Amino acid sequence: MIRLEHVYKRYANGRDALTDLTLEVGRGEMVFLTGHSGAGKSTLLKLLALIERPSRGQLIVNNQNVAGVSSRKIPLYRRQVGMVFQDHKLLYDRTVFDNVALPLVIAGIGSREIAKRVRAALDQVGLLGREQSTPLELATGEQQRVGIARAVVSKPPILIADEPTGNLDPDLSLEVMRLFRRFNEVGTTVLVASHDVHLIEQFGLRGIRLEGGRLQNDTAAASLAPQMTDPAKITAQE
Amino acid sequence: MGAWFMRHLQTAIGTLGRLAQHPFANALTMLVIGIAIALPAGLQVMVANARLMGGAWEHAVSMTVYLKHSVGVAQAEQLSNRLQKRHDIAAVKLVKADEAMKQFRQLSGFGQALDALTENPLPHALVLEPAIEVTSPASIEELQAELAKLPEVDTVKLDTAWVTRLYTILDALRRTVVIVGILLAAGVTLVIGNTIRLDIQNRRDEIEVTKLVGGSNAFVRRPFLYAGFWYGLGGGIIAVLLVALGVLAMGEPVRKIAALYGSGFELQGLGLANSLSLLVLGILLGCAGSFIATSLHLRNIEPR
Repeated sequence: MIRLEHVYKRYANGRDALTDLTLEVGRGEMVFLTGHSGAGKSTLLKLLALIERPSRGQLIVNNQNVAGVSSRKIPLYRRQVGMVFQDHKLLYDRTVFDNVALPLVIAGIGSREIAKRVRAALDQVGLLGREQSTPLELATGEQQRVGIARAVVSKPPILIADEPTGNLDPDLSLEVMRLFRRFNEVGTTVLVASHDVHLIEQFGLRGIRLEGGRLQNDTAAASLAPQMTDPAKITAQE
Repeated sequence: MGAWFMRHLQTAIGTLGRLAQHPFANALTMLVIGIAIALPAGLQVMVANARLMGGAWEHAVSMTVYLKHSVGVAQAEQLSNRLQKRHDIAAVKLVKADEAMKQFRQLSGFGQALDALTENPLPHALVLEPAIEVTSPASIEELQAELAKLPEVDTVKLDTAWVTRLYTILDALRRTVVIVGILLAAGVTLVIGNTIRLDIQNRRDEIEVTKLVGGSNAFVRRPFLYAGFWYGLGGGIIAVLLVALGVLAMGEPVRKIAALYGSGFELQGLGLANSLSLLVLGILLGCAGSFIATSLHLRNIEPR
């Protein structure tokens, strides 16, 4: 579903954010992306969102080489990728309903269909009945769930999340991660960047660890789970 | 096509709703636009009315024949009757000296000063209207010369010179209207463009988010274009109202002035067609302003 081949990213200021990165995420897979800040997690997600372009290499998403896609086609591409952000990126002067409906409005879907799908998405994140609230009336965890509802409302094949639990306490974090897991179970390819190793290990899923813009470690699914019992190793990894 | 129309309608109404959230600021913007459009429009109405007025008098050039002071009322009446019989004169009206004085006292505001006069300095006068056949300036002048030779007559004043003068002034004014109109249209476009630019800056986050979830440049741009549309329409409506108010306020004084000159002239307003063109003009300027602003400022806002 997502394939990077020898991807380099050098920013205009000369900083190398990604160096010779090659990896593949299969259709329907859920992968955690870990690493220190500055390791290249955010850059990788920005490439996937086409906020940034790779300096070199191939980036193939959903059988489409997006490294050289024209800027006019970017909106269409982004509609296949649901995005969740650490700071939620909600529109605070609009209701929860309008926030979640935005991708559908953009896609030009009829208002009756929009109402149906928005309610379904809010139901999935447990916020049904809060449609007419504004984001500021909600707690941080609830705001993040609004962001997730917006990311999944148009049923994109790919869901990427950048530190979605960064501002949440452990209980809420777990809840949010479980939510991603549930979307993954119905076939969505999910890529979550997070530095919360404790949280990630509870799921026993594949983890990709970046270090200094390079792939440091790619652990297959379930192999992480036993490490949970070994606190020393966790500390070492951090 | 139906869905496309519905989407535009939704954006248009949604944008209007958003403007209504800041009624004072946006009404102020519209008022600025309205005044800027109303100024040249009002001038144009004035010029059009002046032309109408001039046109009404051009075809009935009148002459005022001032008689000598020595000519008495009876003599003046005789002369009046005599002239009445001429074929080249359509109508004669005798204005007696004391009538003229009364009118002057009433209208000039010099009432008390006039009381100081021991005798009426005004002569009797005849106001003539040449027959319809006598239209060319040459034949009118001929008539004027002939009348001036009559023993009772002091001077004959022809009231055409000021008509041509009026037309020259009106031509100059019309050009002023065009120049002022172009400048103010540019001003309106800039005002709307600037308002939209500030709006774009204020909604930067929203634009970025919209682009992140797949909004195209056209989608992001649409509400701003509609905002320009509404600003223009609002300004146009205000302009039409302002001009109508102006015409209403001027109606009575103009009627009085017209009555002084013996005319039943009525001030003409914008009319339906011109009012509609003002609205269309406002909308066009609004769309132009927002088009320029969005072209300049929207493309550079990309998610980071």
